Amino acid sequence: MAGVAVSTTINGDHVEYLCQPDETLLDVLRDRLGLTGAKEGCGTGDCGACSIILDDRLVCSCLVLGAEAEGRRIETVEGMAHGEKLHPLQQKFLEHAALQCGICTPGFLIAAKDLLAKNPDPTEEEIRFGLAGNLCRCTGYDKIVRAVQDAANVMKGA
Amino acid sequence: MRRPFITVAEICHIQGETMRYIRPLSIEDAVGQLAGSAGTAAILAGGSDLLVRMKGGFIEPDLIVDIKAIEGLSEIKETAEGFSIGAAVPCAVLGESASLKKAWPGVVEAANLIGSKQVQGRCTIVGNLCNASPAADSVPALVAAGAKALVAGPSGKRTIAVEAVPTGPGRTSLAKGEIVEAILLDKRAPRSGDAYLRFIPRTEMDIAVVSAGVNLTLDEQGVVKSARVALGAAAPTVLLVDEAAEALIGRKLDEAALERLAKVCAGACRPIDDKRGTIEFRRKVAGVLARRAATTAYARAGGK
Repeated sequence: MAGVAVSTTINGDHVEYLCQPDETLLDVLRDRLGLTGAKEGCGTGDCGACSIILDDRLVCSCLVLGAEAEGRRIETVEGMAHGEKLHPLQQKFLEHAALQCGICTPGFLIAAKDLLAKNPDPTEEEIRFGLAGNLCRCTGYDKIVRAVQDAANVMKGA
Repeated sequence: MRRPFITVAEICHIQGETMRYIRPLSIEDAVGQLAGSAGTAAILAGGSDLLVRMKGGFIEPDLIVDIKAIEGLSEIKETAEGFSIGAAVPCAVLGESASLKKAWPGVVEAANLIGSKQVQGRCTIVGNLCNASPAADSVPALVAAGAKALVAGPSGKRTIAVEAVPTGPGRTSLAKGEIVEAILLDKRAPRSGDAYLRFIPRTEMDIAVVSAGVNLTLDEQGVVKSARVALGAAAPTVLLVDEAAEALIGRKLDEAALERLAKVCAGACRPIDDKRGTIEFRRKVAGVLARRAATTAYARAGGK
């Protein structure tokens, strides 16, 4: 197969793959590497369901080419839990029922992780602005915001 | 001799999958690759416009030139002359540069209005300029700021005014093989301020219905010494409204000057009429935004 050979780091692991020049990183993650946490909602950077962290920047993986990941550091929702132990954000999303259908949830978790890494004590307004690139059609957002606030409190105490 | 089957490579070729992705390390190499390309070539920085256009089938590039590995293009440099913002610097990084924000708050606030957090991590002001949307947020702010585009091309480098880049919706004055390498902003004169405002029907993450950027320098008495006023989404390309600047120069931003500014800006618009805003609405709001942006720029310049 003619393709681009890529060597990158995903959730701390060294990963190598071949991809087509026009293949998105989202498609590589899902279809070539079996990392189906990131979801395709719109495919045009509007919904945030495919959010990942690329070299400490929150991005939509549908707007990144697989070929661009060469030598970079990728974090996906699959890297959030440690074995059976959920990340505080995942735990709080469950406790607050901050999800219904679940399609947007991996994107929200990654976006919230990025938000709390840069601002460990956000106000409600900062959370709402910080997560404005993630769309949810089920929850009405309030439960998500409360889950993130609660997770921030837990993580500050840790 | 006729072969009984064709190879995978041949199938790819038949299906038109001959796209190439390259990541040159120098601007000369990137220019050479673009200039020498036979089919459609696309420059990739943040990809927030290019990948959407590829996904929608509006462009099928034969060659994608990723410029992010080119030395210096991912940096904001502060020199004696001012700032140089590399073509691969994401807009989020502009908002994290304290010195750029202090010198050019209007440019930074405009750049930070583009898209979501996710898009901010990728999109660039050079991309915003070269995508040539009439509603591009950073462009009126850059034009008001008197920003220049440093263009690298097959015959060397040239520096042009930002407003000389877009020539119509989706069209630019750049020749084959040319790359906007950086945006150049002057060192700030004392008592200067700029501001950018746009109207959208929601609180954020939308495309400007109309917008205004204003950049002012005052004298010691608070009288406007020089001014630049630019309007976005008001015509096929960004408008630099000289008459609006003249309405402010030599005055202290009194009510009469602001009234005149609003009236001139409304008159300068040549907007489209669509469901997002009528011509009449866009004209009126252009004036209101210019007035408010001028008031903010004046305060930022230390005027009272």
